[in-house]
Amino acid sequence: MAQLLDMQAIGKRFGHVTALENGQLTLSKGEVHALLGVNGAGKSTMIKILSGVYGQDSGEIRLNGEIISLRSPKQAKAHGIYCVYQEVDTAIVADLTVAENILMDSFASAGSFLLSKQKINKQAKEALAKLQSEEISVTRKAGTLTLAEKQLVLIARALVHSAKLIIFDEPTAPLSLTESDKLFSVIRKLSSEGVGCVFISHRLPEVFEISDRITVMREGKWVNTFVTAESDSGQIIEAMLGEALSHELEHQTHATGENLLDVRGLSDGGKLKDISLSVKAGEIVGIVGLVGAGKTELAKALFGAANSVSGSVEIAGKQTRIKHPEDAIRAGMALIPEERRKEGLFVHETLRANASFPNLRKFSTKLFMNKTAENKFAEDIIDKLKIKTGDTETPLVHLSGGNQQKVAIGKWMSLDSLLYLFDEPTKGVDIGAKVDIFKLIRELAGSGKGCLYFSSEIHEAIGISDRILVMCDGQIVKELSRQEATQERILFYASGGKEEHIKTEKLNERERSPVSV
Amino acid sequence: MKENAVQFLFKYGAIILLIAIILYFSSISDAFFSYGNFSDILRSISIVTLLALGVTFTLVVDGFDLSVGSTMSLSTVVTASLMVWYDMPLWLVLLLPLLIGVAVGLVNSFLITVIGIPDLLATLSMMYIVAGLHRTYTEGYSIYNNMPLTSGGTAPGQLSEAFLWIGQGQMLGLPVPVWIMVIMVLAAYVILNHTRWGRILYMTGGNAEAATLSGVNVKRVKTSAYIISGVFASMAGILFTARVGSGQIDAGAPLLMEAVAAVFVGYSVLGAGKPNALGTFFGAAVIGILLNGLTIQNLPYYAFDIIKGAVLVAALAVTYVYANNKFSKS
Repeated sequence: MAQLLDMQAIGKRFGHVTALENGQLTLSKGEVHALLGVNGAGKSTMIKILSGVYGQDSGEIRLNGEIISLRSPKQAKAHGIYCVYQEVDTAIVADLTVAENILMDSFASAGSFLLSKQKINKQAKEALAKLQSEEISVTRKAGTLTLAEKQLVLIARALVHSAKLIIFDEPTAPLSLTESDKLFSVIRKLSSEGVGCVFISHRLPEVFEISDRITVMREGKWVNTFVTAESDSGQIIEAMLGEALSHELEHQTHATGENLLDVRGLSDGGKLKDISLSVKAGEIVGIVGLVGAGKTELAKALFGAANSVSGSVEIAGKQTRIKHPEDAIRAGMALIPEERRKEGLFVHETLRANASFPNLRKFSTKLFMNKTAENKFAEDIIDKLKIKTGDTETPLVHLSGGNQQKVAIGKWMSLDSLLYLFDEPTKGVDIGAKVDIFKLIRELAGSGKGCLYFSSEIHEAIGISDRILVMCDGQIVKELSRQEATQERILFYASGGKEEHIKTEKLNERERSPVSV
Repeated sequence: MKENAVQFLFKYGAIILLIAIILYFSSISDAFFSYGNFSDILRSISIVTLLALGVTFTLVVDGFDLSVGSTMSLSTVVTASLMVWYDMPLWLVLLLPLLIGVAVGLVNSFLITVIGIPDLLATLSMMYIVAGLHRTYTEGYSIYNNMPLTSGGTAPGQLSEAFLWIGQGQMLGLPVPVWIMVIMVLAAYVILNHTRWGRILYMTGGNAEAATLSGVNVKRVKTSAYIISGVFASMAGILFTARVGSGQIDAGAPLLMEAVAAVFVGYSVLGAGKPNALGTFFGAAVIGILLNGLTIQNLPYYAFDIIKGAVLVAALAVTYVYANNKFSKS
């Protein structure tokens, strides 16, 4: 097959942070090439460079053998490179019709001043027909479409401009299995027409199903490129994680004790409906669901950071009313929120001030702050959590994501809480920090604390949890023991679990490669 | 290189500016660099500094109190009226205006934390309401000793000597208002920088959501900041009455922007990058010295606002250029 794209030795820095050191990617015409790597491996930087969002600091990009410069998304599009982002809503204008959305780029750029509705509708219809999606009416408002339909609209947008290369950035993350299958048939059709596809996904079984080759990245570097048909998931996982983390994701058993948390019939009058769960001392309970399943809402409701929560909560056997995070902390809870920069940390403040904040009383005598005690504690957690920082007075903006996350966890250590709520603690965190965070969570459980681990990274949840609760649409739909939990089972229940009859066959087939990263 | 220059300017710019201003005025006027004149300058900025300290507290919690000027006006006329109209004892004369400040702070924080109006708009509305209240209270007249009353006759009371001493007296070689200002600046500094409450105020301002999830009751913290702001504005009003010897209406209105400018100049003192008590005092001093020097130079008073505005713009420019530089890289 003819070489379409060749990216070599791509480098990109943001201030002091090296996002990409040696990015490589080659793509032939009509190839589906999967780009894999854990969060922070540099995949998004690669595709943002390819789609013109960032310019690379070093390295070359060749398209059809010619060196090209992609300094803006507009230039990338002019070269026929289109991207279907995971957050489709950022690329869709909800108030415009489907047809207008599909042809948006053509009237955003130059061209005739007047728009013919009929012409637009006709062109849009043709594009959708190519995707076997005629059922989407081109005159509907795009805001009323489902996520899957919005993706198709974006793909159609790429098609009307005769795209040569389409990047799919985690397109299946929010999709159900049927919707994913539909998407795959569209991708196959595109590739049969010679369009090169870059496919990013965290779900390994899909990658094996759809891709021709797989490029793995780790910590901003190219690791290896595999021919899909000649490789197995074990190889890929080790390439992605490195040895350290693969080991950390093997489950370790430990003793559990009495119930620490007992929740009955918790609802928040909106997303969350009738949730019951319990956590024992020394137990790590994974709460897994797709993006938007209500995990964060649940974590906040438990922690008293949501309005109109009803239901009963018992902590260590005592009925507790939690109206505000203040109450939750007093009752012995700690929350490491998902959006750490927005909700967990004071990024412009020093590490010292962040670390002491949840428990200021401990670091003050009478009304006055005791900076010596604060410093000592900050140094303790720097040591204990291996935080890489200049000193205790460094503002957190200068720390990497993983080290920030460690501070967000470490700041609770002075309280000696009973129960820790981790909401996506590994999001945007590099591998080394991930390993440290897993170790820390295990240590906490080992010392008799209860942990709730909210995550949409299914493989990580399987690795760390003793028990898994699957969430879908604001409810807990399934409880799986450690032994029962597999990637596909969880995904099945997390995406609605109503496709039982049609999908059993497919599921079995996919279960042959149960782990996905 | 450019980065270093910005950093240097941010840290020492305000101080260099102050020294430059002092040197310049000293070189062209003998009257300027004297103990008497500096003690005058300090006395003239004492009222603005109190007002600005209140604004500092609200800016620390990421709010903004525009109503301080009006609160000061209200406090000014109430203080005078308590003595002139009602002949009240001194302790009540000092206490009641402070309670008014607390009340304004409570209403402000009710609008902001309970109803959810943005700080700037809520306090802007209160600025008008309180200004209107104080004019209505005096029916548009200033209050002075033995003034004729609209109900006939003259007012029974007078501003007492003890009261006037607060605004006009001397103590240990410095005017009493200067002592009050120094004590309040130091108190605010200690509270903001060295107490638990101060830490909570700053963290709430830094990231209210993270503060909430760390167990802080953000509404209560904001309320406390607005109450402090109201109390400082009332103090400024009391001091103004004692200084002038009568209850002028609209005393606080022109001081609002000066106070705000002082706080923003204070942002950049020694690279604090956030509202802080010492910086606020310093900012008030820069503006005070500038205006004093220009007065000696016979700059007409009606041109002063140009200078105040320019100082505010310069301070904001330095602060924002620096902030954009410092935090844009991540």
